[in-house]
Amino acid sequence: MSLLLLLIPFLASLALLGSRHLPARQIALAATLANLTVTAIALAGFNGDGSFNYELNQPWLPEAGISFRLGLDGISMLLVLLTNLLAPIIVYTSFNRSFELENRYYGLVLLMTGALNGVFMALDGLLFYVFYELALIPIYFICAIWGGENRIRVTLKFFIYTFVGSLFMLVALLAVYLKTPGFIQEGLPAAAHSFNWENLVAVQLDSATAWWVMLGFFLAFAVKMPIFPFHTWQPDTYVTAPTGGTMLLSGIMLKMGIYGVIRWMVPLAPEALHTWAPIFLGLAVVGIVYASLIAVKQSDLKRLIAYSSIAHVGLIAAGVMAWNKTGVQGGMIQMLNHGINVVGLFFIVDLLERRLGSRSLIDMGGIARSAPKFAALFMIVMLGSVAVPLTNGFVGEFLLLNGVWNYNAWLGAAAGLTIIFGAVYMLRAYGLAMFGEANRQTENFADVDRREWIVLGAVAGMVLLLGFFPQVILNLTDGSVNRILGAVQF
Amino acid sequence: MQALVPLIPFLPFIGFAVNGLFGSRLSKSTVGLIGSGALLVSFLLSVACFNEVSATGPIHSVLYNFMTVGSFQVNFSFLVDQLSVWMMLVVTGVGFLIHVYSIGYMHDDEGFWKFFAYLNLFIFSMLLLVMGDNLVMLFFGWEGVGLCSYLLIGFWFTNKEYNKAARKAFIMNRIGDLGLLLGIFLIFKTFGSVAYTDIFSRIESVNPDPAIITAICLLLFVGAIGKSAQIPLYTWLPDAMAGPTPVSALIHAATMVTAGIYLVARCNPLYNLSPDALTIVAAVGLVTSIWAALIGLRQNDIKKVLAYSTVSQLGLMFVALGMGAYVSAMFHVTTHAFFKALLFLGAGSVIHAMGGEQDIRNMGGLRKALPITFWVFLIGTFAISGFPLLAGFFSKDEIFANTYAAGGRLWWGLAGLGGMITAIYMCRLLFVTFFGNFRGTEEQKRHLHESPGVMTIPLIVLAALSVLGGFLNTPHFLHLGTPQWLGHFLEPVVQNADPAHGGEPHHLPESTEWSLMLFTTSLALIVIVVSYFVYAVRRGLPVADADQTGLTRVLARKFYVDEIYDFLFVKPTEKMSQLLHYYADIWAIDGIVNGIGSGVRAVGAQFRKLQNGNMEYYLIGMVVGAVLLFLTLFV
Repeated sequence: MSLLLLLIPFLASLALLGSRHLPARQIALAATLANLTVTAIALAGFNGDGSFNYELNQPWLPEAGISFRLGLDGISMLLVLLTNLLAPIIVYTSFNRSFELENRYYGLVLLMTGALNGVFMALDGLLFYVFYELALIPIYFICAIWGGENRIRVTLKFFIYTFVGSLFMLVALLAVYLKTPGFIQEGLPAAAHSFNWENLVAVQLDSATAWWVMLGFFLAFAVKMPIFPFHTWQPDTYVTAPTGGTMLLSGIMLKMGIYGVIRWMVPLAPEALHTWAPIFLGLAVVGIVYASLIAVKQSDLKRLIAYSSIAHVGLIAAGVMAWNKTGVQGGMIQMLNHGINVVGLFFIVDLLERRLGSRSLIDMGGIARSAPKFAALFMIVMLGSVAVPLTNGFVGEFLLLNGVWNYNAWLGAAAGLTIIFGAVYMLRAYGLAMFGEANRQTENFADVDRREWIVLGAVAGMVLLLGFFPQVILNLTDGSVNRILGAVQF
Repeated sequence: MQALVPLIPFLPFIGFAVNGLFGSRLSKSTVGLIGSGALLVSFLLSVACFNEVSATGPIHSVLYNFMTVGSFQVNFSFLVDQLSVWMMLVVTGVGFLIHVYSIGYMHDDEGFWKFFAYLNLFIFSMLLLVMGDNLVMLFFGWEGVGLCSYLLIGFWFTNKEYNKAARKAFIMNRIGDLGLLLGIFLIFKTFGSVAYTDIFSRIESVNPDPAIITAICLLLFVGAIGKSAQIPLYTWLPDAMAGPTPVSALIHAATMVTAGIYLVARCNPLYNLSPDALTIVAAVGLVTSIWAALIGLRQNDIKKVLAYSTVSQLGLMFVALGMGAYVSAMFHVTTHAFFKALLFLGAGSVIHAMGGEQDIRNMGGLRKALPITFWVFLIGTFAISGFPLLAGFFSKDEIFANTYAAGGRLWWGLAGLGGMITAIYMCRLLFVTFFGNFRGTEEQKRHLHESPGVMTIPLIVLAALSVLGGFLNTPHFLHLGTPQWLGHFLEPVVQNADPAHGGEPHHLPESTEWSLMLFTTSLALIVIVVSYFVYAVRRGLPVADADQTGLTRVLARKFYVDEIYDFLFVKPTEKMSQLLHYYADIWAIDGIVNGIGSGVRAVGAQFRKLQNGNMEYYLIGMVVGAVLLFLTLFV
């Protein structure tokens, strides 16, 4: 099952990259839908007690203790669900644009999907690292080939920045690896060390080493999410990337960082959490207020959402690193919901840009009159993003704030400013875009067509459904979160 | 009944869904029928609940588990007890009348169906707020009503000013919401639950530090300040008048803004443990009630006057709460819902007839053209001013008496001052609008007409309630039948208390009550008579904006509070946003990142020179390296 989630996108990607004559759109959509189906089947037979489901363990380089090991606990399952739920939407929305070398574009998207699934399922340190870096390659090309203005400079910066970050992680990973005891498995050559997740977790580090290891992981993940002040690649990259790329980056890829914190950073170096947590949480909370404030006056809607995403992700990071039940569970459900909402929002930006030729709020206004359906759907997605109760954004934000507040009441109150600022910049953006008098461009703004209606309807439907019934998702991760919290005390 | 309880909020929700999804294709009468019909059934079910609660006690109805995270459990469940059923009756009853009225008022609006969808969504949210059995459910409703308020204030969305008002309302409410949210966190941390019954039953066993109780009470009160428009978060409410008038009546007068009162009354077991918090509640209420009344004196927009009066009346209710007179506050919530809804709908009828005109200086003499509207508006004005035996007379009198008993003469005097100013500006409003000569245009004069029955009938019903509403809780010493009926009904959930002086409320001697009542009543009557002479007989008119001087100008400009907030908060935030973007983000942080990048490239450019293809350089390098390695063995 877990292998299928890799094989389907990789094989389809291979086919598309190899041949120009295949119907690229159809194959990409079929492959992502097949993955979604596999995910649904995996969910149906899922055991949420915190153990690893659908485990696959093949020796890879046995002499070095490296194995090809995949498995799904609730935390991984949720992110695999996120990936494979959003992938078809991202592919489908790309239909709105005709790409040069279409087969390559869709091939890269599929490669990315496979790599992301790998990141979230890998239970071997080196395998995780390989997938983590593999995911960077397709998105680099997607942005560099099909991006907007300045795409080469912006994309190169993004690539180098995140790549350098990952190198720190590799060093930290090796440091822990070198402390694992050797082991002998029948029929295999003896290995001096092991990259197996459980073996890495079992290593007891002295506090100085733990301090460095955690820092190494943090640098990689902080750049990826990104956390203040490692975020400056993000707004430019989001704005420059083609919409599909932006969706991949913001909807799924940044969750690699948060996932990494939960699965790797804290479990491998829990000894240092006590020392580092105040600094990490402090940065995250500063980032929430900082990015929210900047979002207040942005006029480019895409950039505004990019900054709002820094704020939202800052809250997820803060809640997760508070390392208590409400914080981590809030982080889990919010990763899914943020993915859904941000994909919806970037789709809306794309729609506006296609119609008006501009992303600037100054060029908009009065659209609600000419496109009432679009206005209603945008409103629902916007409310989800502002975390109004009974939309999907609420539960996550509520639990995350509670988690941060439990860690430190003042920090929680400061993080809570997000509910005020979130309303300030989102309502401003919505008001400027949709309300007011129409101008010549927006007067005849066409309402959503069938394809747009399917995408936005699906997003809005999930916003409401998960808003009313969040427990479905919370149940999925509950056992695993308990287990990982129980295993790592600090 | 238990099984039917969820229908009460969800019927309006279904109404919202049907009208929201298909409303544009349905006829106006169908839309109106769905919207009002859903509410009528909700009202009837609420009446049935009322009967059952009176007979057998609270009804608890659990729908499903909303979320469980560790011990943090939130059920989507309803608690229909005396307090919530009373609010349900007010919300659905007054709400129904306003829905019916809206069928007439909004008839020519192209967004008719949307209006009804939003109104139903509002009722759904408001019912969640009062019916939820825990604070998180209350928070759902709390934010939900804020959202509906936003949607309805900005209902005519092509107007930029209206959008601004809508946004202001939502954001100011969210400032309060943050306080409420933190209060909920602290309650959960202290009591291990967010359900009312758990919290209140655990007070004794947990026995929390009084400082924590005070912190909880104050955080909840921050929420109440936002929602119920008290100083310093009151400025959104007058601006909220940008919405259609039925919205002002329902949301910004009769129901939503009383949510803060409900919250404090609901949490009375906590507030009773914190006399400090109660004093702050009373002080904020008192200052707000006088402050807003003063502003109301010099407003000339018919809806703005009513809006400031709402702020002021809400302040008075907080005074009551702060005095421990929770029942009196709930009593005033009820009568205020009747007469304020009446006044707003009456104002709507006037605006309807005047073709959208709202400045009372351009009205005058309307009593002839709008006889029904005139009479009901007169009843509403007299009721709020404390004319004997009308609804406001009893409820205000009860608050004054309790303020005297618990707070002493100074509190009583100041609260009474607010009441007197209220009577002044309300009478001014009545007489300037309905007496004297017509001052509008010829066009308006030709157009003047009484509103249709679908609008006047709800007005008449509300007028009847404004006359009779006071008898719900008449004082003992008057022997008017039904003495303290409401207080008796609410007793299992809320009772008046006086925590600062030992808990039990202090009962005034009958003679004192008599003299207090006579004093305030005669003041009210004097005000009515004097204003009649000033505004109706001598036809004194408010001056034009340009001629305002001195205090009149300061009051007309609302003490310049909007300008001050703009200067202190709005402008600095916007400036900060730009500064952070350009200087912190692009220049400093990204500058460092790019600097490192260029630095690495510069260093690389130097190192590149080593790779020059000259064999000797490489050999020298190799030897030096080997020597260094060798040396390390000896270190």
